[in-house]
Amino acid sequence: MTTVDTVTGTAKTMVLNMGPQHPSTHGVLRILLELDGETVVKAVPDLGYLHTGIEKSCEDKTYSQVITLTDRIDYLNPLGNNLVYCLAVEKLLGLAVPKRAQYIRVMMVELQRISSHLVWLGTHAIDLGAMSVFLYCFREREEILNIFEMFSGQRMMTSYIRIGGLALDPPTGWRQAVERFLRMMPGHIDEYEELLTKNRIWIGRTKGIGYISPKDAVALSMTGPTLRAAGVAYDNRKVFPYSSYEEFNFSIPTRTESDCYARYLVRVAEMRESLKIVRQTLDKITNEGPIIAEAPGIIPPQREKMKTEMEALIYHFKIFTEGFSPPPGEAFVTVESPRGELGCFIASDGSSKPLRVHFRSPSYINLQALPKLIEGQLIADVVACIGTIDIILGEVDR
Amino acid sequence: MGDSKIVAESSRQNANVVAECLRSWNPKAVAEVIEFRGETTIVVPRELLRATAERCREDAKLQYNLLTDATCVDRYPAEPRFELSYHLVSIPKREKVRLRVRLGGNDAMVDSLVPVWPGANWLEREIFDLFGIRFTGHPDLRRILLPDDWEGYPLRRDYPVEGYRDVPSPGEMFRKSSTP
Repeated sequence: MTTVDTVTGTAKTMVLNMGPQHPSTHGVLRILLELDGETVVKAVPDLGYLHTGIEKSCEDKTYSQVITLTDRIDYLNPLGNNLVYCLAVEKLLGLAVPKRAQYIRVMMVELQRISSHLVWLGTHAIDLGAMSVFLYCFREREEILNIFEMFSGQRMMTSYIRIGGLALDPPTGWRQAVERFLRMMPGHIDEYEELLTKNRIWIGRTKGIGYISPKDAVALSMTGPTLRAAGVAYDNRKVFPYSSYEEFNFSIPTRTESDCYARYLVRVAEMRESLKIVRQTLDKITNEGPIIAEAPGIIPPQREKMKTEMEALIYHFKIFTEGFSPPPGEAFVTVESPRGELGCFIASDGSSKPLRVHFRSPSYINLQALPKLIEGQLIADVVACIGTIDIILGEVDR
Repeated sequence: MGDSKIVAESSRQNANVVAECLRSWNPKAVAEVIEFRGETTIVVPRELLRATAERCREDAKLQYNLLTDATCVDRYPAEPRFELSYHLVSIPKREKVRLRVRLGGNDAMVDSLVPVWPGANWLEREIFDLFGIRFTGHPDLRRILLPDDWEGYPLRRDYPVEGYRDVPSPGEMFRKSSTP
């Protein structure tokens, strides 16, 4: 505790414990706030309440079994987590994925990005007192989850992206469902913007709040919309394209104000860009074609072959009992998740279980900048700043 | 397959640029250059890690301004058992590189990179928390994910996956009964 100068003389600061059970911390985040009146002097985040040791569990799983764990890291972006893990394993194996599967992957992760931004927008708005936006956002998110359910049978923990491709062929009628969503979504984004963009209370609560300079943001390893709102156009989809992103035409929205309002504008613009990408994937995805690579011993054989060919049956048995063994080495792959650069590092020692799987989770690293955003601001702005980083505690603690 | 060839080619060029730059600055800085699947790893001697990292950030030809990730691999029982990997990205040059330091189990200690990239703070705390590697010069080396009174370092390979328990877990009992 320190002393501060006030109008009536020197006084001691007060320490306030925020969380771990606080509605605006989006999970279980605890922050120790040292206060001078209502101004934050110092903030110390305390995490680990949701630590489940996913990276340790991976040591005892075969490469294909890990996929279901990746869903649970960032529960608003399970497809993105599946994708980064599968890309890393494919890199280790040197496996090429069919184009059709790559395009479907792109479509799914872009839909996922929209749904994640919708949850962010809804909860951020509810934190700042705008209840109705939350209801609208969740209405549209439901539409996206219905599409996921159509594809994979699951709304959230889909495990749809598998090593070498996808789990299932797209279902009948998927094109109509996605087209219907694409038709209605732009109007809904206008609706949210009508409610918020020129709303005086919204502007008052977010404009000029939580500033961070681009230099500091890069030094603190921040990525994603928070970095782009500071004017640094760093997006993995453009800088290090993966899964055929180089074939799509889209732009990277950036702002220079670097406050909560700029981050809001960047995320809304990103939703519109994602819609553009999904629209392009519809033209690229053919009705026929392979959805998974051909690699005997690594990719499970088709059911039909398994019942007629002896070798396929042996491979099936071997893959699901002992797994496959990539060559010794390491691979590090990064993708752009809704929250920033999501990375997966896998070290293989040549056995059928990974030696080490590490996830570079954007929430964890972006959260590091929280003290920088809120020190010197008012208590009420702390809520806005936590919301604006868009943390998922499951991903922070892993 | 053509694409992967191009990727491998460009990464080799990048490896050469980084290795040459570092060698011309200090011949001892590059102990080894590893190429695997188009990724470049520069193995750096432990004493020179911080200076090399600074060089990577400041050199006009390199400009690795973003430290995206730092992590550790435990190769127990081999020695030196710990391999620290720092993943650097150059936003202006659109390049990636990995710096690596090998540490023995007896003195798992290395210079902290927080003075070079403040973002290394929580990354190093996580490695300290889960692997027990000490970073000299770190401003706030405390456990971050586990409780302060936790015993042991769970991500080490000699730490059992199910932890230490008084009563065997169902998984352990299953494994014991299924091994002949």
